[in-house]
Amino acid sequence: MSVLRIDAAGPATSVQDGGRFGFLRYGLSSAGAMDRTAHETANALVANASQAPVVEIGPFPARFAAEVGPVRLALAGAARAADIGNRRVAFGESFVLAPGEVLSLGAARGGVFSYLGIAGGIAGTPMFGSFSVHARADLGSPLPRPLAAGDKLEVAAADPHAGEWRLALPPQDTSPIRVVLGPQDDWFGDAAVAQFLDAEWQVSPASDRMGYRLLGPKIAAARGHNIVSDGIALGQIQVPGDGQPLVLMADRGTTGGYPKIAAIVSADLGRFAQTPAGTNVRFAAVPIDDAQRIARHWRQKLAALPLARETAARPPPTSEALLAANLAGAAVNALDPKLWTHNE
Amino acid sequence: MALPAAFRIRPCGDAALTVEFGDTVDPDLNAQVLGLDADVAAAKLPGVVETIPTYRSLFVQYDPVAADFASLSQALQSLAENAKPHAASGRCWRIPVVYGGEMGFDLEDVARTHGMSPSEIAKRHQAATYRIYMIGFTPGFAYLGGLDQSIATPRRAAPRAVTPPGAIMIGGVQACVQCQAAPSGWHVLGRTPMRNFLPSREPMFLMAPGDNVRFHAIELRDWPALERDAARGLPVAELVSA
Repeated sequence: MSVLRIDAAGPATSVQDGGRFGFLRYGLSSAGAMDRTAHETANALVANASQAPVVEIGPFPARFAAEVGPVRLALAGAARAADIGNRRVAFGESFVLAPGEVLSLGAARGGVFSYLGIAGGIAGTPMFGSFSVHARADLGSPLPRPLAAGDKLEVAAADPHAGEWRLALPPQDTSPIRVVLGPQDDWFGDAAVAQFLDAEWQVSPASDRMGYRLLGPKIAAARGHNIVSDGIALGQIQVPGDGQPLVLMADRGTTGGYPKIAAIVSADLGRFAQTPAGTNVRFAAVPIDDAQRIARHWRQKLAALPLARETAARPPPTSEALLAANLAGAAVNALDPKLWTHNE
Repeated sequence: MALPAAFRIRPCGDAALTVEFGDTVDPDLNAQVLGLDADVAAAKLPGVVETIPTYRSLFVQYDPVAADFASLSQALQSLAENAKPHAASGRCWRIPVVYGGEMGFDLEDVARTHGMSPSEIAKRHQAATYRIYMIGFTPGFAYLGGLDQSIATPRRAAPRAVTPPGAIMIGGVQACVQCQAAPSGWHVLGRTPMRNFLPSREPMFLMAPGDNVRFHAIELRDWPALERDAARGLPVAELVSA
């Protein structure tokens, strides 16, 4: 056994896994990693099960130290400077933190959440099927709250004989965030829906794991902003009376009485969650059938992450090899190493 | 059962949908929702992950790899056509409440609004049998139908930033049992030591949509012992047949 000690975390760092399911009907949302692609990538890099718990690191600088024994780690998600002493650590590649060493991370750049995969996982008893911290509900394991300086996580000791893994990370995608309209788009009327899709929105600093507020033109629903409360999906966009949309995220309330104009497609939710406050974002509507094809394609890509993993000593896979592994064409450009050296 | 004219199934993104029976608060609509909810659970439709029965719609979370919107909608529509309205679970929670004073700081205001005594408001609040229409907003927050119309009170003009855990509130024609502290524009008539949601307890939640609820007054001096019991995981509320 080893220990991962948290020396600095910022206010938005917590243990997360794939989420907690089955309690929506009781008012409890799933929690879980905000960027599922980055979460599963971090796990693939340390050869964990895809839904294993990781440390989701908020946008502020953070420091982690190994105690007792070595810890094998890997970083994915929002880019940031990463150093162990004067040794640079690359995203998308596993590494060992020896006892006494400190991993120092800068503030997130061009993103919000980074994910720290820990080989062998984090010790703890899942609470109702999940490690995920849901701060408002006092749930989570091993701690039912976000991490703070001084916390210690019991983790598996790194296998000294195991090699390191690397994975070509996808390139930054700045295309519009895709949404499916509904269920109450008819409450808004065509003009308001068009206005929502045409607008350039800015993510408000008043955003967290519960929801992201968007600043932009005032969206007025033709039939008003009060509906009889109904269920709220992950990524759903509700518009209260002030006309400023709120995107409901992993720690959301499960029901609400504002009309919902659209919902972000699963494949783009992580990318949206990685939009820093003050950054602009646009939306594009896709039909439900297309959205579901996109969802299935994305899930295939996630399932293929362990296949795409390469031992770090070997050269990165060729684009032909990636295509043969049934990966998306979009991953090919990720082989440009310039995209993945974040420590310039 | 004949589907209401407003019946429709709409996507909530690519992994959830809502089966809408209407857009009003209505016990008959809610009974149809709960009927379909029970049938969906029994049917074990491929891909369905979980559901949220609400006032007037059934929210269905599903796996888009295992089910697509069009065929799942079709399956749900035919279940809805054959579902029997489901009025109640047959369970009733008898919930202890300290009315008025510091525990129910809006009771006197509500009484003044209706020209009644605080004890008359509390009496009418206890006389009704409520049904849990849905649970949502925050973990364990139960939305109740069945409030005596003579004590229905419009929401406060200025919502409070915090109302306490266990708050027993009314807002408009609705009533509720709140579990966690939260902002609210509803009127706090009293407070219960019962914890519908307690993460350290198995089960984590006690009440379910479709359950009935009745309230009974307890004295403030009984509060400390009951609150201790509730924190230890005892239900405190009594479960009886409806």
